[in-house]
Amino acid sequence: MARLVKRRVNARPRRRAGILARQAGRRPGPVDPHRRVFLRLHVNGADHTIAVAPHRTLLEILREDLGLTGTKHGCELGECGTCTVLLDGIPVLSCLALGLECDDRPVVTVEGLADGPTPHPLQEAFTELGAAQCGYCTPGILCAAKALLEADPDPNRDAIREALSGNLCRCTGYIKIFEAVELAAKRRREPRAAPSRETLFGRRD
Amino acid sequence: MRRFAFIEPPDLAAATEALARGAGKAAILAGGLDLLGEMKDRIIEPAAVVNLKTVRGLDAIRFEPDGSLRIGALATLASVAAHPRLGREYPAVAQAAQSVGSVEIRNVGTVGGNLCQRPRCWYYRSPLHKCLKKGGDVCFTTVGQSRYHAILGGGPSYIVHPSDLAPALIACDARITVVGPDGTKDLPLEQFYVLPSVRLDHETILKPGEIVTEVSLPASASADGGTRSRFLKFREKDSFDFALVSVAVALRLQGNSCSAARVVLGGVAPTPWRSKEAESAIVDRSIGPRSAAKAAAAALADASPMSHNEYKIPLARTLITRALLETADQGTGLAPS
Ligand SMILES: Cc1cc2nc3c(=O)[nH]c(=O)nc-3n(C[C@H](O)[C@H](O)[C@H](O)COP(=O)(O)OP(=O)(O)OC[C@H]3O[C@@H](n4cnc5c(N)ncnc54)[C@H](O)[C@@H]3O)c2cc1C
Ligand code: FES
Ligand code: FES
Repeated sequence: MARLVKRRVNARPRRRAGILARQAGRRPGPVDPHRRVFLRLHVNGADHTIAVAPHRTLLEILREDLGLTGTKHGCELGECGTCTVLLDGIPVLSCLALGLECDDRPVVTVEGLADGPTPHPLQEAFTELGAAQCGYCTPGILCAAKALLEADPDPNRDAIREALSGNLCRCTGYIKIFEAVELAAKRRREPRAAPSRETLFGRRD
Repeated sequence: MRRFAFIEPPDLAAATEALARGAGKAAILAGGLDLLGEMKDRIIEPAAVVNLKTVRGLDAIRFEPDGSLRIGALATLASVAAHPRLGREYPAVAQAAQSVGSVEIRNVGTVGGNLCQRPRCWYYRSPLHKCLKKGGDVCFTTVGQSRYHAILGGGPSYIVHPSDLAPALIACDARITVVGPDGTKDLPLEQFYVLPSVRLDHETILKPGEIVTEVSLPASASADGGTRSRFLKFREKDSFDFALVSVAVALRLQGNSCSAARVVLGGVAPTPWRSKEAESAIVDRSIGPRSAAKAAAAALADASPMSHNEYKIPLARTLITRALLETADQGTGLAPS
């Protein structure tokens, strides 16, 4: 049985500047490869304290320890984006982040997008426009799109394309995804906005 | 991924000490995008991983009063790409940072990690191939697929250096600072990289225990200091990809006449490839389609393509021509469509 090391944890999650700033949570000594240490994770607003070994990635911890299987496991090498989650509010690849580096930092996964029973406007738009087919890319794309809309509430097509450039979709051909992000953005200003004629009928006139 | 000990040093001294204690079996973790990929593919299996991100103050981007710029090794590519003054003064560097990977890669990837990243050659990355760079006897590109490999400076290994940032920084005359067990070194970034004919196990001069702490750019290479710079990259997949060929140019112009030039290629050689041939072909000339094409031809005069990568020669020539013309506001060199 692995020994567990007790560590001081902060009571409240603090929003930090970026992925690099976590001196405050630094562990004083080396963590042995076969030892597990307590990790305090703030996922979708809930606090979890779990014991993990240094080699486990955030993706593995979310899926295997917390049962949050919405975040998908794809290439494991940074190339497909399906494992995208928000860490400190910015999109990162959970397959290439060590769990121990996420100690005491807020994580948002696709499970955290809905507000109770009400889907996120992006989720509504994706469903309505058929922007998900097999759906494997969708959790990562929704997280990346959420970060985009928070930084830029009215992105043009190029900005959407750029924000989602790290997310592979093998089914949709992307057009419906771009249109769904546009519709969700529009509905923030006009809650009853309808999809554009081009989206519905494939042409503008 | 194999298990490893995880070390979070409070400062640089502790980091170098932990690395020295690891005696070559300890690896530096910055953003981890390249390192964790290598560990998952079992290309390297370090016994300990030293997390540099717990060392404070290595992520600053700072202009000095004299107009020079310092970029900490842990500055993210996203912060380099988004820095307004950096983008104005050293456009090639900002353009190169913006061209790396995807949003998620730039949010996490660091400048130091980008400069020290390992080759993307598919034989090097394949757990099934014990290639020259991994202590084997063959560079498999000489008998296998060489589409993405070197046309300049190759032998005995034909990898290309994958960094986009390195050519741009070298064009802007960057220096790099390395801290290690023997103290601090400060050298031109160009000299940081070594060809496989000199060293096979790594692409840089780094020794175990040495850490890149920052790069610095002189004011003379900035727009304010009278230099114009530009970075162009051609990739196979447009959403995000490594460069098939990239080029960074930095020019000092008097009117349209070029008084000094630096031309550095990426994706064509085992190191970022500075072309003094192209530089001397353009200096003291006025920049136009003919002189730019001549400089581009000079850069590739010594190229020796492998079985599957001859296409890189016209690609590199075109990119150099375009970069020179665009930097001098002489159009793109492309036929109007
Ligand atoms: C999907 C994908 C796409 C990519 N696309 C591009 C691209 O288009 N262009 C490009 O240039 N790169 C690309 N990269 C490569 C690279 O991973 C990133 O550019 C990034 O900058 C690496 O930074 P990092 O901080 O994550 O490095 P890490 O993975 O942490 O480190 C990389 C290497 O450098 C060493 N190292 C890190 N920091 C230091 C330091 N301060 N001193 C000494 N050694 C150090 C590490 O030990 C390791 O060997 C891509 C990577 C992926 C996974
Ligand atoms: S699983 Fe993380 S990028 Fe593919
Ligand atoms: S919906 Fe199938 S991969 Fe995108």
